[in-house]
Amino acid sequence: MAHFDEMTGFGDITRQPYQSYETWLKEVDTDHLAKKANRAESLFRRTGITFAVYGSDEVDERLIPFDVVPRIMSAKEWAYLEKGVTQRVEALNAFLHDVYHGQEIFKAGIVPEELVLNNEAYCPPMIGVEPPAGVYTHIVGTDIVCTGEGDYFVLEDNARTPSGVSYMLENRETMMQMFPELFAQMKVREVAHYPEELRRSLASVPPPVFDGNGRPTVAVLTPGIHNSAYFEHSFLADQMGAELVDASDLRVKNGRVVMRTTTGEEPIDVLYRRIDDDFLDPLTFNPDSLLGVPGIMDVYRAGGITIANAPGTGIADDKAIYSYMPEIVRFYTGNDAILPNVPTHRCREKDALAYTLDNLADLVVKEVHGSGGYGMLVGTAASGKERDDFAAKLLAKPENYIAQPTLSLSTCPILTKAGLAPRHVDLRPFSLVSDKVKIVPGGLTRVALTEGSLVVNSSQGGGTKDTWVLEA
Amino acid sequence: MLGKTANGLTWMARYIERAENVARLIEAGSRMSLTRQDSEGTEWSAILTASGAGWAFEEHHGTDFTAAKAVDFLMRDPNNPGCLLAAVEAARTNGRLVRTALTREVWEAVNDMYLDLASVLAKPVARRDLPDMLQNIRRHSALIRGMVSGTMLRNEAYDFLWLGTFLERADQTARMLDVKYYVLLPNEDAVGSELDLAQWQQMLRSFGVNRAFLGVHGTEYTAANMADFLILDRRMPRSLAYCTSNAARHLEHLSQTHGGDSEAHRKLAKIREDLSARPADTIIREGLHEFLDGFVVKISELSDTIAKIYRFTA
Repeated sequence: MAHFDEMTGFGDITRQPYQSYETWLKEVDTDHLAKKANRAESLFRRTGITFAVYGSDEVDERLIPFDVVPRIMSAKEWAYLEKGVTQRVEALNAFLHDVYHGQEIFKAGIVPEELVLNNEAYCPPMIGVEPPAGVYTHIVGTDIVCTGEGDYFVLEDNARTPSGVSYMLENRETMMQMFPELFAQMKVREVAHYPEELRRSLASVPPPVFDGNGRPTVAVLTPGIHNSAYFEHSFLADQMGAELVDASDLRVKNGRVVMRTTTGEEPIDVLYRRIDDDFLDPLTFNPDSLLGVPGIMDVYRAGGITIANAPGTGIADDKAIYSYMPEIVRFYTGNDAILPNVPTHRCREKDALAYTLDNLADLVVKEVHGSGGYGMLVGTAASGKERDDFAAKLLAKPENYIAQPTLSLSTCPILTKAGLAPRHVDLRPFSLVSDKVKIVPGGLTRVALTEGSLVVNSSQGGGTKDTWVLEA
Repeated sequence: MLGKTANGLTWMARYIERAENVARLIEAGSRMSLTRQDSEGTEWSAILTASGAGWAFEEHHGTDFTAAKAVDFLMRDPNNPGCLLAAVEAARTNGRLVRTALTREVWEAVNDMYLDLASVLAKPVARRDLPDMLQNIRRHSALIRGMVSGTMLRNEAYDFLWLGTFLERADQTARMLDVKYYVLLPNEDAVGSELDLAQWQQMLRSFGVNRAFLGVHGTEYTAANMADFLILDRRMPRSLAYCTSNAARHLEHLSQTHGGDSEAHRKLAKIREDLSARPADTIIREGLHEFLDGFVVKISELSDTIAKIYRFTA
């Protein structure tokens, strides 16, 4: 099957956004690139951008592989994506407000009520709660794939605690150190202001208790130093000039969430939490959680703190809900979705299940609540036995799965030992939501490093690339 | 600043200082044993005691105090929780915890020290590589202090880092002096002997202040002069007086943000009073070992008080 390549299209041309890059590339040899790649790796290691991989028994401190060939997009491509993602993110927020308030979308018969209300990701303690400024998803990561010239599809919405933005920033920082001459020649749009935008965005939605004097106190809540994304948590806190807190720093006192400082206890206005709903408040959710703050949900509901993203947003990125996104976008915005979905078979429906079982060899099957590339089947790559085993799981719990056709994801060249070679990529732009939606141009390009592989997740051995959006 | 962050900063600095002191101890041990081939064991046993690893060593290696075994134990043996590699790892873990309170350059200097030593110390260090290795450690630690001086805001974070550094250094100097005086020379007849002299000189050399001593006291390597230099001389950057007066300065800065003095200030003031209350020969007459022992205990109590006052833990 011929894949669309970001650099060479379907084979014979150099696509417009890559033209200057290609001219440059012709003048450097692969050895030079390999040297730069080595240098980049030592920079990453030095900065401490490591990622914990939980394997058999040991935790391994690894680098996410970084590739030195950028993924480049034209201004026009980006303008289209930006518009499409903005529309989708606005619809997600409207949907979230609706399912926790009037539930008009059920009454209109667009999304089945039971699919939402019986969903593990639906959060009853959020019913009737009005989050500050009406924002549910302060940060959204939208996973997008491309299959041909301008043929983009949204693969997944990440509306809980999307990660990876630190790699977007550090990849750019590294590329600028490696290849300053390229940035001097090509007009690449900046991404470095993301942390400031994030801070501005979070500070613009303080809780009702905030009296408007001074600046709202923003803190980042991490599960701790052993979490695989700890680097990102500390990076973002550092870049925003916010405190990085964990459960042991926090408690609820006089209707506020306060952090223990050297001078006493200081209330937090906006908490950018990087722990899941389940662990957020042992009094409301998982009682065994040691990562959360007992009583924070009561403070939240009483207007004593802003939690970003709001609890209960997981319902919006559930893969079963995903399949309704075109209808959801139309329902709340009145317009057709600019960015299409990947056609999705909901295995909870009898016909879809039968179709999925019959065509397992050609489909990608995912758990509806899954993430990180865990627990999924890529039919084209699986053995007969793997497919049979998966079919058994599917039959046992069909509502737990959706199936999608195996998309012919675009490729982008990466530097391998044997020179440049195409590998499949996706793209995750990060949207910041306050009174408006802001998206830093580009995002994180993830790349499957194994030839032919379609799995780009870092937890499954994927790597990343810098993403360039050209100015014009 | 978060109490947890103050804790992490203090300990990051302490562990870096500790790693440097272990390196200096190894250096002193190497020099002492090189100048006296006949009874290598005594020096290494004393050095292990000074680093607090004497018991652990005997538990795993008995009384086989050879240079190779002692150096490896002090540098990298997982059976020695106080080994240099463990200190560097602990410094880095604390650095990761307080990353948001450090500048990028300070953090990278700490991480560099870890990456460098973790790879070099993956296997035992050959004796011929030891001098370079020890110098490398001192350079890393100096680079970190330099980055702190050159890039950090003069705020709480800065004060906690230096508090950690000076408390640790005071503690280490006291222990080292104690070992020299109390363990290495149990026999009073040996005082003033050639051996005694050589040991003092190696110790000063490992601190990098042998020439400075000559400038102040000439070649009078008497116990009283040594005690004066290492305990009371405020010009000597590893002396107890210097370390405690600098610790006091940083504690003073903290009291400006925290509205006044605390129990920690009072404790430190008392320690400094005791230090300046009598001259070196009186200290020796009254018992140097008791004096140093008491000092180490008071520094440890002061650390606990600081941790409590600045809410290091919940």
